[in-house]
Amino acid sequence: MIEMTDVTKTFVLRRRNGRRLRRERTPVRAVDGVTFTVERGEFLGYLGPNGAGKSTTIKMLTGILTPTSGRVRVAGLDPSRARTALARRIGVVFGQRTTLWWDLPLRDSLTLVRRLYRVEERAYRTRLAELTALLELEPFLATPVRQLSLGQRMRGDLAAALLHDPELLVLDEPTIGLDVVSKATVRGFLARLNAERGTTILLTTHDLGDIERLCRRVMIIDRGRPAFDGDLAALRRAAGADRQLIVELAAPSPPVELDGVEVTLVEGPRQTLRLPDGANAASVVAALAARHEVRDIALRETGIEDIVARLYRGDQEISTPVTS
Amino acid sequence: MGVIPWASWYALRRYSAYPLGSMAEAVTNSFFGVVRAAILLALWHARPGLGGYDATDAVTFSFLTQSLIGPVQIFGGMELAQRIRSGDVAIDLHRPVDLQAWWLADDVGRAMSTLVLRGLPPMVVGALLFTVRLPDPGEAAAFAVSVGLAVLLSFALRYLVTLAMFWLHDERGVQAVTLVLSLFFSGMIIPLVAFPETLGDVARALPWSGLIQVPADVFLGHRTGGALLSGLAFQAAWAAGLLVAGRLLTRAATRRLEAQGG
Repeated sequence: MIEMTDVTKTFVLRRRNGRRLRRERTPVRAVDGVTFTVERGEFLGYLGPNGAGKSTTIKMLTGILTPTSGRVRVAGLDPSRARTALARRIGVVFGQRTTLWWDLPLRDSLTLVRRLYRVEERAYRTRLAELTALLELEPFLATPVRQLSLGQRMRGDLAAALLHDPELLVLDEPTIGLDVVSKATVRGFLARLNAERGTTILLTTHDLGDIERLCRRVMIIDRGRPAFDGDLAALRRAAGADRQLIVELAAPSPPVELDGVEVTLVEGPRQTLRLPDGANAASVVAALAARHEVRDIALRETGIEDIVARLYRGDQEISTPVTS
Repeated sequence: MGVIPWASWYALRRYSAYPLGSMAEAVTNSFFGVVRAAILLALWHARPGLGGYDATDAVTFSFLTQSLIGPVQIFGGMELAQRIRSGDVAIDLHRPVDLQAWWLADDVGRAMSTLVLRGLPPMVVGALLFTVRLPDPGEAAAFAVSVGLAVLLSFALRYLVTLAMFWLHDERGVQAVTLVLSLFFSGMIIPLVAFPETLGDVARALPWSGLIQVPADVFLGHRTGGALLSGLAFQAAWAAGLLVAGRLLTRAATRRLEAQGG
């Protein structure tokens, strides 16, 4: 569905330099040697800190930016050459922008989109009925877009992007600013779309809940370069994410001694133990209970937020090579 | 049927969505019609028959051109400019439709909406307060064609100015310059017939005269036969040339499109 081979995009930044009137031109590599393939039916999360090159990648995929070098193919087309033809086969949603017409009721925006994509009347009716049911559009179909809440507008935008039943849906921060209920509706909808219709989905987000809930595959880009590509479990392993056992003993005691287990913190009777990679938590607990009187136990996994924060800050070198 | 007529139709509805705002503009346009008519009347009393217009022509010219302010958007500007500035143009570029054709369709809808909502009131006010000259059916038909061409020409001009946003990131400078050019050389401030000879010839050769002066002359019956055809051809030629320039510039602009606004 998507093939990117060694794609680079360089922008030239101009800025005034001190007293000189001449502007200095600095080339900036927004995307620097990105290679990946997305198969039909995949659900890919594309992560990266602000300014990492996510939006630039998306704009090259959809053809509104031309790569400086490298090869891009989407649905078999060269996006920058066949932008209009490609537009008929893909759907694009930007969380921060809207494709709907501000002054018209949502229903009218959708019929204009129908004309844009030349969707047959009958196909349109079926599709609109489906989308209306799944996205719960009915209550505000007749409301002018300017009066919609952000969550309603987002659902309207999703419907507009899917009326022509695209093979690929590209979402740029679709859940930004949404409340928990709206987020859940949108996520549930996307999961069904991918599972039942087989629509390939590429999503960028800063909301790691989207990733955990939806994406079987995660790609991370940092300063224009690919930093990780794999599933969530691989991301945890790659980032050296560990599990911690927090035990509360009957009385304060010196750090417990167990094979391969490191005590990272002692607070009175409470001790924090770091489990090594692949350790069996149950046997560690059993060993512990055999030697000490244990009041309470909690097992904690490093959250995805922490893992990604570490990666973005560069505290943690990713320990496995990028696979693609 | 393609999407383009629909785009015009929806634009017409979109621009008609705020009738109160349009009414306020129509009232303003009519008020300035009275002011301009009074000024031109004074001028034509001092110089009767100036430029081949009589006093009734001058008064009609005042109200007629106030009616045209909306349809030819003589003060310039286009919604696309803000979309380029904010980066929303990315949405337009993700649509399976040509950028220029899409916005032309939008502008035609806008022009039709303002022609109805803002075009009629100034003429009605003029007819009630003064003696105005109304065209016969043939002149009216020719006038309709001329206004259509003026709308095309106006779009072609404003589209070029708007595309400059891709390079300048701020439209105010170009906007200010083109506003002066368009008000002065269209005949909006003083009819071009009253311009001194050389300046008048220059003004009549520039595209802006096709926005106001040519349609007004057709309405007033000062262009018939060959002069009518040459007037319409003049508008059509400028419109076509500038639309082609807009096409080429669109290609250059989308090539240089940068990741504005993320």
